[in-house]
Amino acid sequence: MRAPVLRVLQPGLFTTIQDLGRPNAITAGVPPGGAMDRFAHRAANLLVGNSEAEATLECTLSGPDLVAERSCLVAITGADLDPQVNAQAAPMWTGIFLGRGDRLTFGARHAGGRAYIAVAGGIEADRWLASTSTNLMAARGGFHGRNLKAGDGIADARDSMAPMVSGRHLPGRLLPAYADHTLFAVAGPHVRRLHAEGRALLFGAPYRVSREADRMGYRLEGPRLATSGEELLSFGLTAGVVQVPHGGQPILLMADHQTAGGYPVVATVVSASMPVAAQLVPGDELRFAEVTLERARQMRASLAAALDTLRS
Amino acid sequence: MPPPRSARKPAPRVRIHPLGDTALLAELGTRLDTALNTRAIALASALTKRRDVRQAVAGYAGVTVHFDPDQTTHDALGAAIKRLATKRPPMAEPGRLHRIPVVYEGPDLDEVAARLKLSPQKIAEVHARPIYRVFLVGFVPGWAYLGPLPEELELPRRHVPRTQVPAGSVAIAGRQTGIYPLPTPGGWHLIGRTSVKLFLPDRDPPCLFRAGDRVKFFAATR
Repeated sequence: MRAPVLRVLQPGLFTTIQDLGRPNAITAGVPPGGAMDRFAHRAANLLVGNSEAEATLECTLSGPDLVAERSCLVAITGADLDPQVNAQAAPMWTGIFLGRGDRLTFGARHAGGRAYIAVAGGIEADRWLASTSTNLMAARGGFHGRNLKAGDGIADARDSMAPMVSGRHLPGRLLPAYADHTLFAVAGPHVRRLHAEGRALLFGAPYRVSREADRMGYRLEGPRLATSGEELLSFGLTAGVVQVPHGGQPILLMADHQTAGGYPVVATVVSASMPVAAQLVPGDELRFAEVTLERARQMRASLAAALDTLRS
Repeated sequence: MPPPRSARKPAPRVRIHPLGDTALLAELGTRLDTALNTRAIALASALTKRRDVRQAVAGYAGVTVHFDPDQTTHDALGAAIKRLATKRPPMAEPGRLHRIPVVYEGPDLDEVAARLKLSPQKIAEVHARPIYRVFLVGFVPGWAYLGPLPEELELPRRHVPRTQVPAGSVAIAGRQTGIYPLPTPGGWHLIGRTSVKLFLPDRDPPCLFRAGDRVKFFAATR
């Protein structure tokens, strides 16, 4: 066990260790998990010279209060939760050095819902089913299967393999369009079960993220989507699926989603829009816009190219 | 050489639906049918061996396929799936057989008995009679959809789901039965309980049942 590099003075509202998830575990009914905003998670790692699969801290709505017990290189990405180093505004999407005793704190939430903190060398964490992502239901993975508490020590996994360089930066023009709450989606297998006006409502009407919104999924408020047809036999699901249960209020599935279900799937948010979805918070308005698979491919390629600029 | 076509059973028509840009749903049918499920499990197993497929999860009558979009497209993978599905399915492997002790004293047993006009003892007897098939593992960790449940026990789900069902509850709904592996919300009728652990977090895979396994319940005393 290595000595902690960061000490948790205050954990923030809900801070967990996440990586790229455990996709193979879905055959056992275990949610894939992993960072909700994979773009921000990957970028944070690349900015400090890590592989994009290293564990990061996912900080929900309010950030933690951390003190560096050793000097380290960190990067903060994702939601703007007003990061500060020793009470001075700290740049986001940028590699920054913390010296021993430096305080990394967060103020008010300005935009988005989830910030990510990467540490050069990666974060040491429990591995469960090939992933360090925290699974609260099983109390496995991450920091002993739980969210962070005051007093916890965050250790780096190893000495950084790459030279530690601060100032590496991802400019705003290369980021996903976080401020535009349009979620691009492909029509789902059961879209024909929507009643006549249903499809127009789904792809056009405003929906709002309800208070029932967490890492499993978001229950949406807005025009009711009536569906018809017999009950479906259960099948495997994926993050981004928009399913419509009997009440007609759609649910958008996120990283810790149930692995199978039998509600009609009317749309699936494309992978390039999932970072935007991950940054929505209760009360945020969103719209679904239908896209072709070809357009989805272009959007995915453009985000991948943005991350590639950090891989030199 | 083209794959041999079975003369007795026409190959099922496969319908391919996108699930976003990195997954698709291959539907073999829409009925609760052991033969369809056998085909789905065989198709999932064949797809898992492909380099462009990340995961393939068998459902009741279809396969959800997660793929690497840098290595294939919906169209290319969809065509490959249709070719694979026309092949005669391999001889269905019998799957492992699990014998599960059940104390038939669930909180809904009397109500279920009254609605089905059977005695509680008869409910237990009918429920423990068949060898069930594991159609699908999923929903929550360790949950398995078992069936088909005998028609005599068919009931729709509870109108108001429970907010918390104790782990180990043995439940029925429609033509299905199952065991709650964890304390979760649930809308099925609870007719018994078992001490067998379905979710085994420290084993890999972390669940007792696999798709295609067989399950036989037997009445146990407390």
